[in-house]
Amino acid sequence: MLSAYRVLDLSNRVGWLAGRLLADLGADVIKVEGPGVAIDAPDWQAYNVNKRLLRLDLETSEGRSQFDRLIDHVDILIESVLPGEPAAAWLDPARLRQRNPRLIQVSVTPFGTDGPRAEWLASDLELMAAGGAMSLAGEPGETPLRVTVPQSYSWAGAQAAVGALTALIHRTATGQGQRVDVSAQAAVILALSHAPAFWDMEGTNPTRAGAFVSGRSVKGARFRAFWPCADGYVNFVLYGGPAGRRTNARLVEWMRECGVELGVLAQIDWMRFDPKLASQQDVDDMERPIAEFFLRLAKRDFLEQASRREMLGYPVSTVQDIATDPQLGARAFWQDLPGPDGAPQRHCGSFAIVDRVRQPLRHRPGTEIDVASLLAECGVAAEGAKAATAATEGQFV
Amino acid sequence: MSAISQALDGVKVAEFGAYAAGPHIGKMLATFGATVVHVESHQRPDGFRTEYPPFKDGKPGPDRSGCFAILNDSKHAVTLDLKTPAGIDLAKRLVGWADIVVENMRPEVMDRLGLGYETARRLNPGIVMISSCNMGQTGPRAHTPGFGSQLSALAGFCGLTGTPDGPPMLLYGPYIDFIASTLGATAVLAALDGQRRTGQGAWIDLAQYESGLMFVAGALLDYHVSGRVAERADNRDPRAAPHNAYRCRDGAWLALSCWSDDEFGRLVETLGFPELRADRRFATLDSRQANLRDLDELIAAGLRWRGAEETAGRLQSARVHAYPVNTIADLFRDPQLAYRRIWRRRRHDGIGDVACYFSAFDLSATPGEVTAAAPGIGQHNAYVFQELLGLSGEEYAAYQGKGAFQ
Repeated sequence: MLSAYRVLDLSNRVGWLAGRLLADLGADVIKVEGPGVAIDAPDWQAYNVNKRLLRLDLETSEGRSQFDRLIDHVDILIESVLPGEPAAAWLDPARLRQRNPRLIQVSVTPFGTDGPRAEWLASDLELMAAGGAMSLAGEPGETPLRVTVPQSYSWAGAQAAVGALTALIHRTATGQGQRVDVSAQAAVILALSHAPAFWDMEGTNPTRAGAFVSGRSVKGARFRAFWPCADGYVNFVLYGGPAGRRTNARLVEWMRECGVELGVLAQIDWMRFDPKLASQQDVDDMERPIAEFFLRLAKRDFLEQASRREMLGYPVSTVQDIATDPQLGARAFWQDLPGPDGAPQRHCGSFAIVDRVRQPLRHRPGTEIDVASLLAECGVAAEGAKAATAATEGQFV
Repeated sequence: MSAISQALDGVKVAEFGAYAAGPHIGKMLATFGATVVHVESHQRPDGFRTEYPPFKDGKPGPDRSGCFAILNDSKHAVTLDLKTPAGIDLAKRLVGWADIVVENMRPEVMDRLGLGYETARRLNPGIVMISSCNMGQTGPRAHTPGFGSQLSALAGFCGLTGTPDGPPMLLYGPYIDFIASTLGATAVLAALDGQRRTGQGAWIDLAQYESGLMFVAGALLDYHVSGRVAERADNRDPRAAPHNAYRCRDGAWLALSCWSDDEFGRLVETLGFPELRADRRFATLDSRQANLRDLDELIAAGLRWRGAEETAGRLQSARVHAYPVNTIADLFRDPQLAYRRIWRRRRHDGIGDVACYFSAFDLSATPGEVTAAAPGIGQHNAYVFQELLGLSGEEYAAYQGKGAFQ
């Protein structure tokens, strides 16, 4: 869908996902790294697959003049330069716009390119703190937590892709490029769902809930969300509502088939079950036999049975569980590409299926192109003078 | 509306969706100028209107929901009873009008309603449709129902949050739905650009599960290549020490991290215990990692009676990574978010004054705006079907008589 477009990606970790998403949708994305910058970390490989790699020393005037020649032929530039850094001068939007008025310049930075804290340093930890996500994860009253795998960079990168393409629609209509200024802090707020509405509407400050669901019973009962099972945990909640009641009834039916002790569960009319009215004693009595039942189940058994019985609930997967999930295999989600040592690497494939086809990833991570070849692709003679012929967009995809 | 041009001016979106994963796509497009029509019915209002708090004054009601309000500002709301032929007829007219159809029902529901992609394409050859559901449109578990909050466990997020020897942790709300909506908006915009240039539409099958996996892609690749299984590790990071959140004065917390020995030196100088710089236990990243418990205790003791905001500012002046752990309330007074005007207050008919989230990105030439608070149920029936779709007053009344708007 985006095969007509060339993207130059100068971003650091905070912006990598943006170019990956655009590449998955067909754009020709060129990841720029300085000479000698290591590219072997799993994150680099996973988020820069499907892009080509251009080694360019942007600290030299020669490298910068090559960048300038390239930028005339680029549709979207992604960068994550902080205000005040030396590169901010030659990436100045006014300067680039003068060279290429159609350019969409996407800046992906921790706090955005302007404002009282734009120059503050932040890694994933500080961004998850600044965006409010840590205040909502962890045990109540204990240390606020981040997800161990960085998330804020992905929130920022994904928003950068939305911003880039919003600007592209405008450019297709008018020919006008513009600046897209992404704040990772503001992007993290998307992860908070409707939590801000509680503060705004009633002045209550939502906080972290640990491993239990609370706020559903007028008697203050907490419902267990994570249950130990034979090989890890499953996520299951005694919900109300039509889907919850159906789930609970089917769980009891399943337990009955297995001949396990039902305790109080045998007496409950699930069509009348309302978690709003349950006391902690009621919940504990219901949860005891369920806990015993789950303890004997493997995660995969729970997944398959819950799916077959149309019950709500999922196992708590590790990356190993995900890697072997038949649903993903059936949808050809994974794609093998040669890794740096020639051995195959298994990547997450293109994120969407378009017209029933998952477009294959075209470039393994680190597929190098040199600047002369790239300029030639852009229709610029290797010596540097702008060729008279216009670039034929999209022919290299 | 103002004369300022917006990036998505003239883009028409019909949304057959509820809860988060569908409606949030429309919200992002509406913020930058798209005309978005949210379709529901009086029998089956969007579940975010009715099922979850907060409600105005704690009293449930479809036009009193903060949950719905935060994802549906700047849109038009219509009601169509898709169980009546008249309702289906108008739904088809909407599909004929739209550039983009967003739906997040279970697979095949749109087909059964006669609104699936093949039908839509006959009505409107250039249509872009996105179908977003838990597992995607195909595969052995395509029809599994699911909540985004639990799908976040299946996609690895809950298992990767918490203490190594403790249980997994919940993430707030349907975390993964917002990943899916953001990636969905990306795909929809790419398809729309293709449509604008070639006239060709597209059908996008987006699995919310697979979208989520893009946010743990590095850990998945690492497993596939090395067999290493990523595990929850509190706030630890192998490349930085310290790297944690610490309790400060007045119940506040401060997150901070040091990515080099020099940065660690600046941290301890700023906190006023320079002797730690010379302490052999903390001289290098490796030794700080090996003695992390001691280090965390010393930093925690040093921060316990300090203000998080003020300390973050001093640490940043010394070029140390630090930020207060913002609570939800803090997000409304954070100076950087205020500078970016992230919250825009608008008048909501059922709630009164509400804060609407603007956008994580600013566009320099086409700035975007929250044009109105979320609409009441069916609020724009007459406007959408008469002004936008061109029904006459008599036609509209006839459809009304047939129960189309129930």
